[in-house]
Amino acid sequence: MHHTTSPSLTIGPVYYLWDGPKWRDFHFRLADEAPVERVVIGETVCSKRQHFIEPHIAEVIERLEAAGKTVVLSTLSLVTLERESRQIRDLVADSEHAIEANDLSALGLLNGKPHSIGPLVNVYNAPTARLLADRGATSICLPPELPFTSVENIVAGAPAIAFEVFAFGRMPLAISARCAHARSKGKIKDNCQFVCGEDPDGLPVKTLDRQSFLALNGVQTVSHTCQALLGELAGLAACGISGIRLSPQDCDMVAVAKLYRAVLDNALDADKAITLLREIYPTAALSNGFHHAREGAAWVARARDTAHGRA
Amino acid sequence: MELICPAGTPAAFREAVDAGADAVYCGFRDETNARNFPGLNFSREELREAIAYARRHGTQTFVALNTFMRAGDEEIWYRAAADAVALKADGLILADFGLMAHVAERHPEQRLHVSVQASASNVDAINFLVEAFHAKRVVLPRTLTIADIARIAPQIRCEIEVFVFGGLCVMAEGRCSLSSYATGKSPNMNGVCSPASHARYRQERTELVSELGDYTINRFLAGEAAGYPTLCKGRFDIADSPAYAFEDPVSLDVMGEIDALSAAGVSALKIEGRQRGKAYVAEVVSTLKKALSAGPEQRTALLMRLRGLSEGQKTTSGAYEKRWR
Repeated sequence: MHHTTSPSLTIGPVYYLWDGPKWRDFHFRLADEAPVERVVIGETVCSKRQHFIEPHIAEVIERLEAAGKTVVLSTLSLVTLERESRQIRDLVADSEHAIEANDLSALGLLNGKPHSIGPLVNVYNAPTARLLADRGATSICLPPELPFTSVENIVAGAPAIAFEVFAFGRMPLAISARCAHARSKGKIKDNCQFVCGEDPDGLPVKTLDRQSFLALNGVQTVSHTCQALLGELAGLAACGISGIRLSPQDCDMVAVAKLYRAVLDNALDADKAITLLREIYPTAALSNGFHHAREGAAWVARARDTAHGRA
Repeated sequence: MELICPAGTPAAFREAVDAGADAVYCGFRDETNARNFPGLNFSREELREAIAYARRHGTQTFVALNTFMRAGDEEIWYRAAADAVALKADGLILADFGLMAHVAERHPEQRLHVSVQASASNVDAINFLVEAFHAKRVVLPRTLTIADIARIAPQIRCEIEVFVFGGLCVMAEGRCSLSSYATGKSPNMNGVCSPASHARYRQERTELVSELGDYTINRFLAGEAAGYPTLCKGRFDIADSPAYAFEDPVSLDVMGEIDALSAAGVSALKIEGRQRGKAYVAEVVSTLKKALSAGPEQRTALLMRLRGLSEGQKTTSGAYEKRWR
């Protein structure tokens, strides 16, 4: 049922701690310039950061909606404190906007209401997707770890759901009760002084042999490499994926969105797009290994002679 | 409180039963469980014999089917669940909602436990799984303090099991793709973390370098105790300063807090270590069993004895203690 339309673009929630004005201006510019249909906003990584964006949420929603974008509110991905549980309960009870669930508590509370599922919920197979659909999920952004064979199988097996894939950005790989980011700067989580705000694109973790490896983002660990599914877009569209998710990095995300849109519209060759993407986001090497059932950090060059960009 | 003990082999299983385990948990020899290591786990026939042995000694058997079903191959997990039910496992330990739904529907009489891999870390999450799949017990993720557990316990409608001894995940369990990022193999999809197939050691002048896939996980000076390259226990370089970025090579030991855990409402204590040998299992199980019924002084002495068995000889209370964060 999705085969006839070209996938739309979604901007995922900003995973990093950006100060309020930077966060606001980023979304204002998306509203004004980016060819995206959905924008997911809201603190997803650490509840302690909430107050940085809170003063700007209303104006960001207003600006995005005025530009015709659909706004979705993201929930926290690791919920352990009573205060965090209460926040999700309040959001589910009061929100006029669609909600994207990133943990099991949100899933439970959203039962019976239309909602989205974020990439941090473990959807590894079609029975799980169908179960979530029965409980009210209308769209699911699949976990970055999934190989394309799984993506295809899940999409085919749960036709009532709109599926997204995580196609750009450093991949969320882990989350912990402990804040490695604060610890690396001599703090602990409960007294962190928001040192993660010093690294708006993550704090690089290198191996002792100076290999770029991971990046710290508060309690979250992300990949050093940037997921870049560009040569794979045609294959994803053909299998019924309806949304392409771009996860914000500290780079020109409007340019990233235009690039992905152009490839989806067959207005730009994928190989040319990959070269351009490396210029737009030079910080990190590109990877697409998970999609090709390899190490997530791997880059699988496009095989020109295969259909739909499959390697 | 019950003592829930690991068994990776039939021999370790019998040792755990003989040492006084209230329940033993184990898995089939395939990717349906999160300790899918070469040479470990149980065939159907071995599990049948193990369950019979346990039952004769009044010990329960829990079967871990705690990986996530690979899309298109769900039948492997469904068959494992059906076989475990037919073999009369006392509980199934599950992480995947799709599999939980299947078991709740097809095997409604089967006791269902929520695996630590499901990451049910709060009241609403746990009650969702109790309501949707009739879960009878939740194994809490190692992200909560004892005070958190005490707050959660009266608000949920199932039993609580917590890890008290053995390996320690630093990351929220079931939500970590670090291993597959470096090796292509993950706990969720393949039942392995930092797999031995991708671990290598090489000598570089005076240093021993441990690697996982293409990445250096640690470098050890001559004379320094060299550990296995588990990704989250490695030494890395952050802003030009080498350090254990996520966690030191330590293991979990909160047996000193068992009174507090009991008061918090915990009904079962879990020992990690299905990959461990039978001698380790026998020693840990018998000592912890004694510690559970001992007075405070005798308990301290018993627990000191166990320290020597711990990874790197260093232990931590992990997330159970607030400052670990």
